[in-house]
Amino acid sequence: MIEIQQLNKSFGRFKAVDNLSFSVSPGEVLGFLGPNGAGKSTTMRMISGFLKPDSGRISIFGKDVQSQPLEIKRQLGYLPEGAPSYGDMRVGSFLKFIAQVRGVDHGNTSAAVESVMDRLHLQAVRLRPIDTLSKGFQRRVGLAQAILHNPKVLILDEPTDGLDPNQKFEVRELIRELSSDKIVIISTHILEEVEAVCQRAVIINQGALVADATPAQLKATSMYYQAVELNVDADQPLIDALLALDGVADVFRAPEQRDQWVVIPHAGAAILPVVQNLLRGKGVEPKSIAVSAGRLDDVFRRVTQTDADKEG
Amino acid sequence: MNSITRSYIVARRELRSYFATPLAYIFLSVFALLSGFLTFEMGSFFRREQADLMSFFTFHPWLYLVLMPPLAMRLWAEERQTGTIELLMTLPITTLDAVLGKFFAAWVFSALALLATCPIWWSVNYLGQPDNGVILAAYIGSWLMGGSFLALGSFLSALTKNQIIAFVLSLMVSLMFLLLGFAPVSAALESALPASLAQLLTSMSFLTHFQAITRGVLDIRDVSFFVIFIALWLLATVAVVDWKRAE
Repeated sequence: MIEIQQLNKSFGRFKAVDNLSFSVSPGEVLGFLGPNGAGKSTTMRMISGFLKPDSGRISIFGKDVQSQPLEIKRQLGYLPEGAPSYGDMRVGSFLKFIAQVRGVDHGNTSAAVESVMDRLHLQAVRLRPIDTLSKGFQRRVGLAQAILHNPKVLILDEPTDGLDPNQKFEVRELIRELSSDKIVIISTHILEEVEAVCQRAVIINQGALVADATPAQLKATSMYYQAVELNVDADQPLIDALLALDGVADVFRAPEQRDQWVVIPHAGAAILPVVQNLLRGKGVEPKSIAVSAGRLDDVFRRVTQTDADKEG
Repeated sequence: MNSITRSYIVARRELRSYFATPLAYIFLSVFALLSGFLTFEMGSFFRREQADLMSFFTFHPWLYLVLMPPLAMRLWAEERQTGTIELLMTLPITTLDAVLGKFFAAWVFSALALLATCPIWWSVNYLGQPDNGVILAAYIGSWLMGGSFLALGSFLSALTKNQIIAFVLSLMVSLMFLLLGFAPVSAALESALPASLAQLLTSMSFLTHFQAITRGVLDIRDVSFFVIFIALWLLATVAVVDWKRAE
């Protein structure tokens, strides 16, 4: 159990984290979201014990991060932003160093290193200096050092940044496998990732908490929730007819998808049947038609846009 | 796992990374060649016709002035530059473990550099009957002085993420600690300042204490000067590493 209470951190006059409170339980994967500069990395640095909060309290399994840093750090696996590692070291000896510092039992050091290299497909590059590796491999080395001592708590700052789609898929699978008995906090700005691996999402903006819910709950607050999405060649009369339907609040072309139309219902109205009836009546055959569960990117934008952004 | 084990693991990694590039070997060769050159050419080793290593050790403070800052500059500046400090300081070690580990790695490396000059010691034994006790004392004194340069350099390296700035700072501050005991400077100090203050400043110099040791006396006061000097700068390094992290 991680409990974060009224956490504050400023750099000079810049308030990076503003009275942030939330908690995470074992078995839970928490997605930590927010625009760039929202304070995600600063918060993770405080949880990992790298930065000291100005005020507030972080406790992990009842132990305070400030007063018992070594006990906490032993149970923690942390992937810092950008996955830094000693570039002149070879992958194998870097991981061995981490295993030794982490106090993995002496006889098990090699076994732990071998198994984590198997798990992250690093065997082929084990003798290569880390700074000669591609970004994807470097990220995997960073992940390997974070999980090699089988920690109870995993803090991963943008674990899939710089990976190709296949690697992203693998890393998400890995996080899912690991999460069964661990607390996992991942920060990301890839929203699909939140839906793929997280049971809960915490969104922060300008250092303050703006949303804390499951991805499904968040999507339900989207204006796209229960909207009907149509792929159809629509003309003006058809749009007017859709607008005139009972329960329809708005009709517009989906942003970023030219041939998709979105029919927004009034709150609580189920409009799929009436839309289907209308189309059938007009003899229009849509290429696809679906009810939306809501869009996370829409919620994200709504809760993280400041007033200044909206005016601009 | 205790603090010594943790420092040892950090030191071993650090020492290995010195040898990850050819730079370590180049450094060791330069150190051996330069100290040989200074001894035989500048120090007139043969013309003195003395079976001792005074002409070798006399140059050590100045040799270290040039060769210790590059050894110390990377200790913390590089960690900060590459972001690995975040990795290091979230491992289950204390700041003191990390500071000690890194310092000892550099200090052991400087011991290797000193070992590389052993042929000069053999030469003088081949040519005559030197007092090997005096030479051993001077070697120990030299190593302690090297450690002082490195502890100071470690502190200055923790102040910045730019290794070049760390190098220049360390060169300047080290030079100051040398010059305080340099005869013309200490004479000027004595004429300009009250005697007790001038004496205090002169007693802060590496030169004063190192020259005392090279005369063959491992006086507790000179040895403890270096040991305390190293300890204080390492503690200051701990403070700066903790303080700078907050930024």
